[in-house]
Amino acid sequence: MSVEKLVEGILSGKRRELARLISLIEDEDAIASEVLSRLYKNTGHAKIIGVTGPPGSGKSTLVTRITTEYRKREQSVGIICVDPSSPFSGGALLGDRIRMQEHSLDDEVFVRSMGTRGHLGGLSRATSDAVRAVDAFGKDVILVETVGAGQSEVEVIEIAHTVIVTDVPGSGDDIQAIKAGIMEIADIFVVNKSDLPGADKKVTEINAMLDTDQKMGTWRPPVILTNGRTGEGITELVDMIEEHFAYLASSGQLEARGLRRSREELEQLMEYKLTRELLSTLRGRPEYENAIREIALRREDPYTVAERLITEFLVKCRE
Amino acid sequence: MSSKKIRVLVAKPGLDGHDRGAKVVARALRDAGMEVIYTGLRQTPEMIVRAAIDEAVDVIGLSILSGAHNAIFPRVMELLNAEGVDDILVVAGGIIPEDDVPMLKEVGIAEVFGPGTPLQEIVDFIQSNVKK
Amino acid sequence: MVEEKDVSESLKEWDEKVVGKTLERFPERKKEFATISGIPVKRLYSPVDTADIDYNRDVGFPGAYPFTRGVQPTMYRGRFWTMRQYSGFATAKETNERFKFLLEQGQTGLSVAFDLPTQIGYDSDHPLAQGEVGKVGVAIDSLADMEVLFDSIPLDKVSTSMTINAPASVLLAMYIVVAEKQGVPMEKLRGTVQNDILKEYAARGTYIFPPQPSMRLTTDIFRFCSEKMPLWNTISISGYHLREAGSTAVQEVAFTIADGIAYVESAIKSGLDVDAFASRLSFFFGSHSDFLEEIAKFRAARRLWARIMKERFNAKSDRSTRMRFHTQTAGCTLTAQQPDNNIVRVTMQALQAVLGGTQSLHTNSRDEALSLPTEDSVQIALRTQQIIAYESGVGDTIDPLAGSYYIEYLTNEIERLATEYIKKIDSMGGAPAAIEQGYIQKEIHAAAYAFQRAVDSGERVVVGVNKFTVKEEQSMEYLRVNPQIEREQVERLMALKQDRDGAKVEATLKALKQCAEGTENLMPYIIDAVKAYATLGEICDVLRSVFGEYKAPDIL
Ligand SMILES: Nc1nc2c(ncn2[C@@H]2O[C@H](COP(=O)(O)OP(=O)(O)O)[C@@H](O)[C@H]2O)c(=O)[nH]1
Ligand SMILES: [Mg+2]
Repeated sequence: MSVEKLVEGILSGKRRELARLISLIEDEDAIASEVLSRLYKNTGHAKIIGVTGPPGSGKSTLVTRITTEYRKREQSVGIICVDPSSPFSGGALLGDRIRMQEHSLDDEVFVRSMGTRGHLGGLSRATSDAVRAVDAFGKDVILVETVGAGQSEVEVIEIAHTVIVTDVPGSGDDIQAIKAGIMEIADIFVVNKSDLPGADKKVTEINAMLDTDQKMGTWRPPVILTNGRTGEGITELVDMIEEHFAYLASSGQLEARGLRRSREELEQLMEYKLTRELLSTLRGRPEYENAIREIALRREDPYTVAERLITEFLVKCRE
Repeated sequence: MSSKKIRVLVAKPGLDGHDRGAKVVARALRDAGMEVIYTGLRQTPEMIVRAAIDEAVDVIGLSILSGAHNAIFPRVMELLNAEGVDDILVVAGGIIPEDDVPMLKEVGIAEVFGPGTPLQEIVDFIQSNVKK
Repeated sequence: MVEEKDVSESLKEWDEKVVGKTLERFPERKKEFATISGIPVKRLYSPVDTADIDYNRDVGFPGAYPFTRGVQPTMYRGRFWTMRQYSGFATAKETNERFKFLLEQGQTGLSVAFDLPTQIGYDSDHPLAQGEVGKVGVAIDSLADMEVLFDSIPLDKVSTSMTINAPASVLLAMYIVVAEKQGVPMEKLRGTVQNDILKEYAARGTYIFPPQPSMRLTTDIFRFCSEKMPLWNTISISGYHLREAGSTAVQEVAFTIADGIAYVESAIKSGLDVDAFASRLSFFFGSHSDFLEEIAKFRAARRLWARIMKERFNAKSDRSTRMRFHTQTAGCTLTAQQPDNNIVRVTMQALQAVLGGTQSLHTNSRDEALSLPTEDSVQIALRTQQIIAYESGVGDTIDPLAGSYYIEYLTNEIERLATEYIKKIDSMGGAPAAIEQGYIQKEIHAAAYAFQRAVDSGERVVVGVNKFTVKEEQSMEYLRVNPQIEREQVERLMALKQDRDGAKVEATLKALKQCAEGTENLMPYIIDAVKAYATLGEICDVLRSVFGEYKAPDIL
């Protein structure tokens, strides 16, 4: 498939081309970067919403409900669901779509499941590129679902304008988990499964935790109670997402974020490319393999060797 | 390092809820390193084809036990053709009488796996026949 | 029992001296033996293994608490089990003919299989019904079809089991009205509706409504029948489908009983007295391929249920604690390869069920792994039961395997392991919560996958599949449903909608809707709608509009 055809297809709204580009991104195919670089100027229009939280807390259900609400507001929606790949086989079982059946025939909704795989550039690279592709495709709203547990998921969330952290009533221990990990990234807290006992208590707990937060800026994350089964609280949630977006815009944070994101992305890309470039010239060469052996035998040390190799590389580049 | 993976849509068309086979196969494919997208029960041909396109899968696995395969499978193939999709390998499993197999193959189902097919046979078939 | 101390000493001696010597020269076939459910199996069982059994407390007598040895005092010496072949295909008319054939052949109860659209509350003209009409059972759209289905079958003489769950109330209502038209009052009707929605969520997949309103429909049937249909079994709490989905014997017992507990709790919560409904609860198990384990399973299930009803729910009457069950030989053990071998499998499985004390039995037909059974195959299946009943003599004394060290040990072990599962489920908030969290599904799937892996690796032998295979041409005749039937059924439905009194339909549906929005018992309203020839789809649509539809957690 040619770069040209992909670019054109995506810009003219062909979902098959979009789907293919995402596969190329996942497969770390060189064509993907070419296409993305061509599409870049057409991106930046979508509102990107991250949804993260423990497995089973109702993320997929909420994403479906939020989609319904946005469709009512005549916005088109892209959905990207990220699930962990098996560390043993590298395969994955991706089941989030199951919950999204009511949108399965809506032309204005695009749903894509991704496994985390063992990506070289980290999960965030592939996911944020996929989000970018959907953005170029013209979706107004992009929802990204990730399981909130590890660091990589937190990274993914950085591409979102608004991050929703989900939780459910019961089990007080996970408050600690939230505190430790994803607490800082939440723009909105959702306590889902309001039909279960202890929902109000959970809201109180999170609010209490927020009250003691010293680092909080001018946006105090609201805590919203929802019922994924019935849809209660969803309108309020989407209103709140919109409010948060308006806040970002009016406070100048949207612009600041854009700059920060661009800087980060550029630097990450350079770092990644540079490393790859460097390693690809070194790997397999006898001197290089020899140096590794010497380090292992304690006849050389890695600090000096690294310094030397990088200097040599840079000198060669200048020539 | 290439991280290319075979992506498979495991779909249960028709109304029967017996998903033991579909889920066992889904796990086996995952354990063979594939990415398996599971759609859940009661899928219409339209839903299956849409999911296959959005997810850019290499393979569709249809599992059915209700006996409605002769109505449903050709419809899936018809919709795929209408979308111009010719690079997806479509396989089927479930309770499908031998007599129906020639017709299903004719419309483009690459293989029909009957009850008792070893999982490895399905994995091998997919790995060697996937169209990429 | 015997002086176990002496036994344990001599056992040790035997083990060291006699067995040890033999093992040196002839090692055993496997390092470790286990039942198909993974319970370790020792070389030999002896009084040592049954030492903690108190006969009166744990084994007891047939027809008396805790019913380990059977639910009736005379068991098959009085009357054989009910031979009940599940059948139903295509149209009401053809199924009616098959019923008459089966009754002529000596079958003693009817069992109706419905097609999938009927099971999910869709009429035959629903878009999702395409290709499914009449495929796995009979298509019933309205009372008119039900009238044909039971035409000239005296409903006061037969007992009828209907495999229907989500829309059980509607089909039960139709049955009541057909009987009424035959002049048979409902208090005389005997039979069962499966009415077990929890296992639909957990394994079988033909659900319609979310759990709460579904439980209401279930308990409405309990209440209605407790007042008006004393001979009717209001539910058949089913482990069969859990087993077919891949669970082990222990899981089958545990999850079925956990479901049972949930129904009892829900009925009690709705204000019913436990002794008013518990005796009409019935169960349904599979009979799988591990001969002795299955026999022990049936005994363990009976004892465990009795204890739970008495100890947990304070049932006063023994009748409330007795577990009556139907058994079907395990469809998932049938092979498409060398299908005649299935006759042998079914024979063993049927024998297990009888030795385990079943109240009724369906024997699978050899060709069921391929398609719907032919008349020939159904006849062999039925003859299998008759041979066990009339020729083998196993029914002449009650629970003949009781007292076998192994059987009693295994009965204990299954009860113990199932109790552990039930405790775990209790701690999650009961079966509905455990299903909602996907716990039960995950356990079942893990077992199913492990089993398939064992078969694939050859560790588990399936004759004709992974050992002793032959190259074969499929030569069996099998039954095929004519695709024409779908069209005809839809046409009949159209005609019905033309002919009936539309205003009456509308009025009864409106009343039903109001009832659904409130808390009154739904049964009388459903009966009214059925009488007006409202269709199954229309009735279920009204309920859908009030109750919503269930979305499966579909745990992977
Ligand atoms: N009781 C209740 N269950 C819910 C609610 N929202 C979602 N669920 C259920 O929770 C389970 C897990 O939901 P899912 O969306 O897959 O969670 P995820 O793993 O976080 O994506 C499913 O069975 C949902 O039906 C709710 O508000 N109340
Ligand atoms: Mg999810």
